Amino acid sequence: MPTAEPLLAVRGLIKRFGGLVATDGIDLDVAEGETLAVIGPNGAGKTTLIGQLSGDLPPDAGSIRFAGVDVTALPAPARSQRGLARSFQITSIFREFTALDNVALAVQAHAGHSFRFWTPAFTERALREPARATLERVGLGARADVVAGTLAHGEQRQLEIAMALATRPRLLLLDEPVAGMGADESQRMVRLLRELRGRHTIVLVEHDLDVWALADRIAVMVYGRVIACGTPEAIRANAEVRRAYLGEEVPA
Amino acid sequence: MHSRARVLTLLAGLLALGLVPLVAALTQQPFYLDLFRRIMIFAIAAVSLDLILGFGGMVSFGHAAYLGIGAYAVAIPAFYGIHSGLVQWPLAMVLSGLAALAIGAVSLRTSGVSFIMITLAFAQMLYYLGISINAWGADDGMRLARRSQFGGVLDLTNGYVFYYVVFGLLLTLLWLGNRLVHARFGVVIRAARSNEPRMRAIGFSTFRYKLAAFGIAGAIGGLAGALLTNQTEYLTPSYMHWTRSGEIMVMVILGGIGTLYGPVLGAVAFLLLEDVLSAWTVHWQVVLGPLLVLVVLYARRGLWGLLPEARRADG
Amino acid sequence: MLFLMAAGLTLVFGIMNLVNLAHGSLYMVGAYLATAAVTRTGSFLAAVVFALLGTLAIGMLMEVLALRTLYERDHLDQVLATFGLILFFNEAVAIVWGRAALFTAVPSALSGHIQVLPGIRYPAYRAVIIVVGLLVALLLYVVVTRTRLGMLIRAGASNRTMVGALGVNIRLLYTVVFGFGAALAALGGLMAGPIYTVLPGMGEEILIQVFVVIVIGGIGSIRGALAGAVVVGMVDTLGRAFLRPMLSTVIGPSAADNAGPALASMLIYILMAAVLYFRPQGLFPALRG
Repeated sequence: MPTAEPLLAVRGLIKRFGGLVATDGIDLDVAEGETLAVIGPNGAGKTTLIGQLSGDLPPDAGSIRFAGVDVTALPAPARSQRGLARSFQITSIFREFTALDNVALAVQAHAGHSFRFWTPAFTERALREPARATLERVGLGARADVVAGTLAHGEQRQLEIAMALATRPRLLLLDEPVAGMGADESQRMVRLLRELRGRHTIVLVEHDLDVWALADRIAVMVYGRVIACGTPEAIRANAEVRRAYLGEEVPA
Repeated sequence: MHSRARVLTLLAGLLALGLVPLVAALTQQPFYLDLFRRIMIFAIAAVSLDLILGFGGMVSFGHAAYLGIGAYAVAIPAFYGIHSGLVQWPLAMVLSGLAALAIGAVSLRTSGVSFIMITLAFAQMLYYLGISINAWGADDGMRLARRSQFGGVLDLTNGYVFYYVVFGLLLTLLWLGNRLVHARFGVVIRAARSNEPRMRAIGFSTFRYKLAAFGIAGAIGGLAGALLTNQTEYLTPSYMHWTRSGEIMVMVILGGIGTLYGPVLGAVAFLLLEDVLSAWTVHWQVVLGPLLVLVVLYARRGLWGLLPEARRADG
Repeated sequence: MLFLMAAGLTLVFGIMNLVNLAHGSLYMVGAYLATAAVTRTGSFLAAVVFALLGTLAIGMLMEVLALRTLYERDHLDQVLATFGLILFFNEAVAIVWGRAALFTAVPSALSGHIQVLPGIRYPAYRAVIIVVGLLVALLLYVVVTRTRLGMLIRAGASNRTMVGALGVNIRLLYTVVFGFGAALAALGGLMAGPIYTVLPGMGEEILIQVFVVIVIGGIGSIRGALAGAVVVGMVDTLGRAFLRPMLSTVIGPSAADNAGPALASMLIYILMAAVLYFRPQGLFPALRG
């Protein structure tokens, strides 16, 4: 476990849906600059965890500290304003707007208030320039003026990341960034994630093996609990993990 | 950006509206003045509804309440001898804006059907309030003592002057509305309609923006109400009846929701249709009902949507 | 009475996800048909049958012709289209029967009073309404939770395409459910006839109250509809009874005469606002899935 004050500290996080306990007392620490991968079989509660971290799901019990402040009661927009960004597992973008507009919106959210009624927003250079730069960074620079709903699936997932990045976050919560992508697109995304490592703190949920290789540490979730947390090598050697994944691929 | 067909139609339409008084004077038919003035007043109401309905995706079924409040804000002071439009009209906008903020603060906690019905219920509540106040005419309504005065500068008793005042207000509204829709505020409202969870995830507290939009739409509705009572020289709580809200909504849909200019077309179409049909039979709504159903089912984009769109960059 | 309407509406909405503003119109049609039948035949029983069957038929026709395409559409479209239906029905009824209010009497067998508790007499007709309401509640509960039909309905609500794939004729199912709802509305309408006035637009008056009931009780839940109806009914009655005397002690009798009824009718809306503020999902929200 890291010794400096962690950027994200989760204690005893519990969330129930009726009779089902989705997250059952999760404890996690994420140090600044590290990349933590959360893995586990389907239904382990990973997305519920992300939802509670991002502020979309209020936990039934437990606490979340981000950058030294207790954010457990803060709604999602407030957490975003503090530097916690998330991308969605099921692509969630503004389909009728162009890619550039999508990212510009994310920039706008953090560029002062929006009670401005006169100047057209998307002509504001303070919004467009950072947006364009972010699109370049994720590799979508050439597609900036394309209507988001008509982008290819992989491009839309890249847009997701771009929107999260445009909010200049300290922590990125990525929910299955390569979901539904073909081999080429996945590779591109993995390269992007590799670039982001170290510059941002990342917590990502993923099934893909190549992505696991990016992580500094891996937390394994089964039935709502973290059964193991450590370096990729330690996880690979962990007997309990192998048991949990029986029948599924184990990293070679 | 809009296609040439749309821009031309818009300009032609506005020009036509501007020329109506001329036609009315030449043909000695002041009736046209009345009719189109009424149309423009409802166009203002429809555009204000479109702001929240079309752009914001907030289906408020109680918009007529704000017209009612605006109307009361003119007629009540007039009843007590205060005739200055400079007092009445801002009062109308402020009161209806505040009412909208109050109603919105509660209603916006819900969404979907609940929202629709809540806004409807609140509007009916105001309607019942209006009916039961005997001092101000109860459900029979009362005459407007005098049209709003503007210190001798504008004489609203002159039909032509009044017409151009309304025309000017409509143009101003369309212009300001256009800017608002493209400004930061408008973008937030439109994006919140498109994908609200995403908006919150990137850091927008959408509630306050939606509430503000709601308030603005209410205030403009109040202005329309002030104009309406001046037009009819009458005040009646039936201005707030929910079927009125429905009619305004029909105008927005008929014209094209979320288009800002569409509702103007919708108001024209609806009121002209009403005029023509009711000369034919007093039961004209029998035709209007199914017509509305058909429009909703098959011509969703409205009249504005029938005009060819500009080409956009596609993937 | 509110319960009958609320149950029908919440059934249609909660299960088929259809907002039907014209539900009030079915209520109105039921009332008109019943009144027409009574004036012609003099028999209340005949009126009941006629009204129920007639409205059922009209309701199903409405479903087949107009509402089918609306299931897939969003709520706004549903609101508008059913609003169009309301306009149509209101005018149609006015064309056939005129705009003046129709009068229909309480059937003579039920026009007396009954002793509810020693010393407290209650109009028999209203007592019957309450009893009918409770019976319907029971019936609905049994059908929805115990019978196969009920199960199909609930399954169809959760996953329409799946149920269809399993070979169940989902269209027929929906038509049946809608018919159920229409029958409930008709029942409400025909019973309401003698107490409230029968005129075009009566459906909308009650419809708004019904929606308030549903919002307070929780959308999609029959238990909620019952609870909501009871709460609203009580608040309304008590409000009307007590508000004016209470107010007149504070602001004087003539002002209270003015403000009293106004405030009384506003009470249920204020109640609804309060419920929404503190508990947006209603008192007994339907449990899903």
